[in-house]
Amino acid sequence: MENAERPLKDQMREQKLFQSRVIACAVGVLLLTAMLVGRLVQLQVVDTQHFTELSEGNRIRTAPLAPTRGLIFDRNGLLIAENLPTWQLVAVPEEIDDLDGTLNALTRLDLLTDVDLEELAGSVRSRLGFERVTLGNLSESQAARFAVRRHRYPGVDIQEGLVRHYPYAGAGVHAVGYVGSISSEDLELIDRGEYAATSQIGKTGVERSYESVLHGQVGYRQQEVNAQGRVLLDPAMTEGGENQPSLLTRWPTPGRHLILSIDMRLQLAGARAMGVQRGAAVAIDPRNGDLLALISTPGFDPNRFAAGLSRNDYVALTTDPDNPLFNRALSGRYPPGSTIKPMLGLAALHHESVDPHEDHYCGGSYRLPGSTHRYRDWRPQGHGAMNLHSAIVESCDVYFYQLAVELGIDSLGSSLTAFGFGAPTGIDISGEAAGIVPSREWKRQQFANPADQVWFPGETVIAGIGQGYTQVTPLQLAHASAAVAASGQRFRPRLLIGTEDAVSGAFEQAEPVEADPVHVADESHWQMIQDAMFGVTNEPSGSGLTAMLGTPYTVAGKTGTAQVFSVGQDEEYDEENIDERLRDHGLFVAFAPFDAPEIAVAVVVENGGGGNRAAGPVARAILDAYFGIEDHGDSYD
Amino acid sequence: MATATIDWGANQQRPLRSLLPGGISLNVDLPLLLTMLAITGFGFIVLYSAVGENGSLLLRQAVRCGVGLCAFLVLAQVPPKYLRAFTPWVFCGVFGLLLLVMVDGQVGKGAQRWLSLGVVSFQPSEFMKLAVPLMVAWFMHDRSLPPTLPQVAVLVLIVLVPALLIARQPDLGTALLVVAAGSLTILLTGVSKRIIAAVGLVGLVSAPIAWQFMLDYQRARVFTFLNPESDPLGAGYNIIQSKIAIGSGGLFGKGWLNGTQAHLEFLPERSTDFIFAVMAEEFGLMGLLLLLALYLVLVGRGLFIALAAQDTFTRLVAGSLTLTFFVYVFVNAGMVSGLLPIVGVPLPLVSAGGTSMVTLMAGFGMLAAISGQKKRLAA
Repeated sequence: MENAERPLKDQMREQKLFQSRVIACAVGVLLLTAMLVGRLVQLQVVDTQHFTELSEGNRIRTAPLAPTRGLIFDRNGLLIAENLPTWQLVAVPEEIDDLDGTLNALTRLDLLTDVDLEELAGSVRSRLGFERVTLGNLSESQAARFAVRRHRYPGVDIQEGLVRHYPYAGAGVHAVGYVGSISSEDLELIDRGEYAATSQIGKTGVERSYESVLHGQVGYRQQEVNAQGRVLLDPAMTEGGENQPSLLTRWPTPGRHLILSIDMRLQLAGARAMGVQRGAAVAIDPRNGDLLALISTPGFDPNRFAAGLSRNDYVALTTDPDNPLFNRALSGRYPPGSTIKPMLGLAALHHESVDPHEDHYCGGSYRLPGSTHRYRDWRPQGHGAMNLHSAIVESCDVYFYQLAVELGIDSLGSSLTAFGFGAPTGIDISGEAAGIVPSREWKRQQFANPADQVWFPGETVIAGIGQGYTQVTPLQLAHASAAVAASGQRFRPRLLIGTEDAVSGAFEQAEPVEADPVHVADESHWQMIQDAMFGVTNEPSGSGLTAMLGTPYTVAGKTGTAQVFSVGQDEEYDEENIDERLRDHGLFVAFAPFDAPEIAVAVVVENGGGGNRAAGPVARAILDAYFGIEDHGDSYD
Repeated sequence: MATATIDWGANQQRPLRSLLPGGISLNVDLPLLLTMLAITGFGFIVLYSAVGENGSLLLRQAVRCGVGLCAFLVLAQVPPKYLRAFTPWVFCGVFGLLLLVMVDGQVGKGAQRWLSLGVVSFQPSEFMKLAVPLMVAWFMHDRSLPPTLPQVAVLVLIVLVPALLIARQPDLGTALLVVAAGSLTILLTGVSKRIIAAVGLVGLVSAPIAWQFMLDYQRARVFTFLNPESDPLGAGYNIIQSKIAIGSGGLFGKGWLNGTQAHLEFLPERSTDFIFAVMAEEFGLMGLLLLLALYLVLVGRGLFIALAAQDTFTRLVAGSLTLTFFVYVFVNAGMVSGLLPIVGVPLPLVSAGGTSMVTLMAGFGMLAAISGQKKRLAA
């Protein structure tokens, strides 16, 4: 009985307690409201005379001043993003007698292009009469053409400003990015006060990720206005106006300059070698993670975004079948093909699942025990007796089919993960894809249908030559190749090596960031794998020999060819479509000099055919540029 | 039932439940809904003036208002026991998002507080303002009140851990509002006066220590508050102009669309944080008293719902939602009139933009659900 009564009692007590607290809070609410009302009475009743006078005499308005955006330089001090003077056509509505006539005349002069005149007229009319309204941007010649006719168009004027300009146009666009008009989404992410006078903001690449460094701090100036809000005196805009003692100006702080790791010579050489082919090339310094080149083709001209892209041009860019806006170096996912064979060889050595000196016979195809299915080698007649070294040099598929089966998919996958595949590398610009390192676990999570979740032994076989589910980005491939070159040492890839104060010129260095190194059981394994990659580009039977023929520097590499078929398709597919090799992606990874690597390169040429033929020359061009060789002629072809 | 009678709750014999024909009953708390709509309507009139008759901005605000109303109507139909069941998951989810922002957040305004989901970016810290009081209420719902000392310790952790994470983003304003929402809920649990006094003392003592950890811009705001004239070009400008707008409004205001401070662009952030000043300039003290009266009606109704609620969880939720709402009103009006330093808090149901309109109306939806549950029990 007592037990049954107790909660009831508590219930009553709790309700009482809660009531007393609510009443206390309600009293608090009333007190605070009274305080607020008191404050309002003080402002609006007691002191209203004072504030009314201030309001009527309010003739000083604060207007923001835009900071100058920081410049961007390459590692050798070449200017890759600058600010150029620009001319805008502006209108003061109240000074224009015939708005439609004026706009039509300006259109006939070819000063207003690609605009809806009615919409423009509407937006001009919606403003206050004395407000300056921007009608459009002018080129230098357009500005000159208008300047001589200015007297005919009262109320229309030219206003000077700064616009971002990229002297190398599209050559570095996928690393540097571009600026564009501030959108409503951008507005949500920025301090509107800081951007009060700024019209453009970094949209992609370095321009976006270092926006806060580049932008600088807004300044303010006081303007004298009359009772209708018309500006009478603006010290920042008037000659000698700074001397006006009653008006204050706080000048903006310009943004800091960025010094990038990019070397424009490599960037240009790689882009030129790519030509009209679609693909990506990434060059990285294995000693610190500096990205020396980051190329994705086709590119596009970022100056068009900075100058204001018309809707039609933007639609043309986004619907281009070659997708120039797509950053293939960071976001493109490709099967790595044979370029990962050196890493898989290393994994097999580490796990002791292969004796590097033992010969295996390659007869042109591989069969899983107890199965009739034949996995073909790229060379139909086979490579004969192969050990680990010669299998990498000649890129024997059969050897690596067997190596993958003996290594097992779990060890294979974890070794690729150790090289950074399957996760973003952490580069300092956004848009990176993670890629895929397949495993039993991955497949279980990837597919909804239980029948698809099973890992098939055949899938391990093709994983041994970088086919099947495996997908990597060119950046990951370059990053991993740099790790091979540096015997396992890894750094986070980076584009920024320092910033510079725009006024004092003081330089601030960004320190390289180490990433988890790749561990191997025996350090001599690195030498074994690196020697095999040296063989690829130096031994007579090497699959990458012709691409690197006669280099005055020592170079090691690996070719790759990635078949373009969707995953999960019947494995007979490649047997029946042997003629379609033309549609394969060509890949090439390399590093140089061999003894003390300073540069690692990865190249992917979409549908370019074999790696040596399609991607090799691009890698060669970038390496040649690095070692200061201007023109290598046709010596490698 | 076809006729709508406003029943202020004194007796529950004729509960208003069915607004739709055909016997479909839709639970709305009419006093709550009508007051909310009156404030929103007044807000639109002021916004129209503040944005210079900019149609697209008004349209966007109308859309947000529509979304908020939908959230209100949907949440009003959810029985509080489901809300209670979901609370731990909601709290953990929002907490997880907050951690994600620390790792992967977009850097906006020099602070890491936005999470981008493809096209939409949002601040998980905003949702903490709702999640923290819900979690406090959930923790106490099957325990007897007042909480014991160890229980108070857990409650304090529920409030402080998310608040510290938000403060580190750094977003001191939101962190303080989360602390306010959580503390008010703890206060309502009936925690003893001795503990309240002790916490207050600790707060006073730790203020100088917190000052050490504040960022430069946060300290600058406090300085600006103490002496706006010290920075007449930057932050001080806002508060100077805002005080002129309020003061020159006088008793009856300069009239709708006639505010010189607003229309000649002296007043910054006219449509968002400083819209209270536009209202003050154009409608004067009388307009502000009307607005404050409407807010008080809403708060009164909310507290009434809390008093009439049947269990610990709904009592605490209703009480804290209502009191937090008042805190927003007070902080915004206080900052615009120079009583408090400048923190980015919009005027509830009036300021344009942000998630504020939607989350507030969602909160009132929960209140309506709690009030409806009581009626169901009584019926």
